[in-house]
Amino acid sequence: MSSPDATPEPLLEVRDLVKHFPISRGIVIQRRIGAVRAVDGVSFDVGRGETLGIVGETGCGKSTTARLIMRLLDATGGQVRFDGQDVARLKGARLKAVRREMQMIFQDPYSSLNPRKTVGSIVAEPFAIHGLEQGSGERKRAVQALMETVGLNPEHYNRYPHEFSGGQRQRIGVARALALKPKLLIADEPVSALDVSIQAQVLNLLRDMQRRFGLTLIFIAHDLSVVRHMCDRVAVMYLGKIVEIGPNEALYDFPRHPYTGALLSAVPVADPAVAKAGRRLLSGDVPSPANPPSGCRFHTRCPKAQERCSEVEPLLEDKGTGTSVACHYPLTEEELAAMGVRSSR
Amino acid sequence: MRSLTRGCATREPAGGWIEDTVSASEPLLRVEELRVEFPTEDGVVHAVDGISYEVASGRTLGIVGESGSGKTVSSMTTLGLTRSEGARVSGRILFEGRDLVALSDAELREIRGNEIAMIFQDPLSSLHPFFKVGWQLIEAVRAHQNVSKAVARARAIELLGLVGIPDPDRRVDEFPHEFSGGMRQRAMIAMALANDPKLLIADEPTTALDVTVQAQILALLERLQRELGMAIVIITHDLGVVAEMADEIAVMYAGRIVESASAELIFAGPEHPYTWGLLKSIPTLDGPREEDLVPIPGSPPSLINPPSGCHFHPRCPYAQPDHARIDPKLQPVAGDASHQAACLLESDVRRRLWAELRAGRGPEEAKAAVGVTGAAQ
Repeated sequence: MSSPDATPEPLLEVRDLVKHFPISRGIVIQRRIGAVRAVDGVSFDVGRGETLGIVGETGCGKSTTARLIMRLLDATGGQVRFDGQDVARLKGARLKAVRREMQMIFQDPYSSLNPRKTVGSIVAEPFAIHGLEQGSGERKRAVQALMETVGLNPEHYNRYPHEFSGGQRQRIGVARALALKPKLLIADEPVSALDVSIQAQVLNLLRDMQRRFGLTLIFIAHDLSVVRHMCDRVAVMYLGKIVEIGPNEALYDFPRHPYTGALLSAVPVADPAVAKAGRRLLSGDVPSPANPPSGCRFHTRCPKAQERCSEVEPLLEDKGTGTSVACHYPLTEEELAAMGVRSSR
Repeated sequence: MRSLTRGCATREPAGGWIEDTVSASEPLLRVEELRVEFPTEDGVVHAVDGISYEVASGRTLGIVGESGSGKTVSSMTTLGLTRSEGARVSGRILFEGRDLVALSDAELREIRGNEIAMIFQDPLSSLHPFFKVGWQLIEAVRAHQNVSKAVARARAIELLGLVGIPDPDRRVDEFPHEFSGGMRQRAMIAMALANDPKLLIADEPTTALDVTVQAQILALLERLQRELGMAIVIITHDLGVVAEMADEIAVMYAGRIVESASAELIFAGPEHPYTWGLLKSIPTLDGPREEDLVPIPGSPPSLINPPSGCHFHPRCPYAQPDHARIDPKLQPVAGDASHQAACLLESDVRRRLWAELRAGRGPEEAKAAVGVTGAAQ
């Protein structure tokens, strides 16, 4: 959609964000023997009203990034500036005030709702935490209005989560996230646990909510088709780093990083007539983030890797086709065509 | 160091009861009117409600459906994995002419893991964490072949090499937790191939995997099928996966097959509103981005009290009042005997509706254009 491209003052600025989880050994005396470098120097902006997609394989650090932004985890280094304040350094009441502005929707609608609470009290919990809508009548009205907004029957106020289907539960999660009218909503794989026919309902709901409330959205998913459908800009992560970031159209039409190209090429196409044309398979698995490869982290699996790639780490640069790419030898148009990545150019 | 024989044609089929009398036209697997019911405290779950399909040697059948559509139960029943006190199975499952439903447990054990093998969705919970991968492979080989441990171990190493695990003679002595997700699924496939099955049932084999690993596993299955000539039944909710893998596709909804045809026809000219719904509700890499997706309203029905008449009518935008009473049968669609659909709409109306939907119109606009009125809701 044509939301304003990174306006002068973005809502969220992430700079050199780092999170290392220590690995320790020993039972009584714990020694630190290394670190899992889950997020290792990630920088990006999210403009107001924009949707940023973060894609990547399991273990690439996309969920950790989300948790660092929400301050559900403390960063090892770097900055998260939300609306001008550094989230990583806030404490107490000021942190609570900022958290009110950002909310999260989780992947699994079965484990992210307390089974012993009614839907009404789940959705009302943000009000209780922040001391809003104090009167019980007021609170009930507010909750029922929210339930109606997300397409749930307000009469189901007193039901328990197990009485709802997966898609409806995810709607409860959306209602809870919208309760405080946040500026930023982070959706971490919001549809991957849902059935195909239900996914579209939740995706449309998120889009609709974004339009109605002018939300800024960070949408994390491994499904490239879903991200393309939802997002204005997309960041591709590999082993704790962003390897390519740019506007949706540019990234999907002309991906420059070989990893982005491989991801797009690997997506199964729901059309037997075009399936598999020239697919390039990536060999091997993602290396361990505890001991990432030197230089470019993708060089161990990259079909274009040369000696320089294992020595010099490439930095994110604009290569003149719309996206910023961290690659010494970005893909050319001929190579993309050979990989069967369908470009609409 | 390691000498990998290509293919596995070095061994006689175990057992010896297989008659070569099965005529060439007889499919490898033919399921007839299969019904599986589980009585529970809340009532009888009609998990599979009278389905029929065929798989020929060397072909791939894709079974598509959402959770609770009965796709997994029907395949597990093929292997007798739903046999338990209380579960009621009726109908016939003919494998090379023998009815698997009528076999004793001991007879079925001869076939399971030998003639018919299965790989499951979650490779981590399907491998035993306590035993080395090699040990588990050796067990699979020795369950059906009277060979020494050393021979079975050599076979295990050969199998790991066949499925593309690097360094198989070292990896054979590792534990499942030392394998990555994709390698575990490869190990599961190796185990399934241990006795050269004629039929491989793959139940959501790539759902737990990342997209790049998924592409590797699908390519591996296709290569193995070419080399070993086995038939594959692939069960998935992912239309992209069946489009790539399957020759024929059966779409299941609420325990029944609602549409079946060749893969090309399912995608080019689908006849059932549920199939339309599935196709229109997935975002694609080349579709228009501005348009909202067209979700299927509501959610899948309970299998204890399935809706009357056409099971899909409460969610179908085109349902007519009498669709709640009449139960549609799977019937050939006009002009093509191999393409079957269970839908009460007129064939001509269906084609015009799909033409509208395909052109990017929503269900309501399509109804208006074709002149379909009313909805059952």
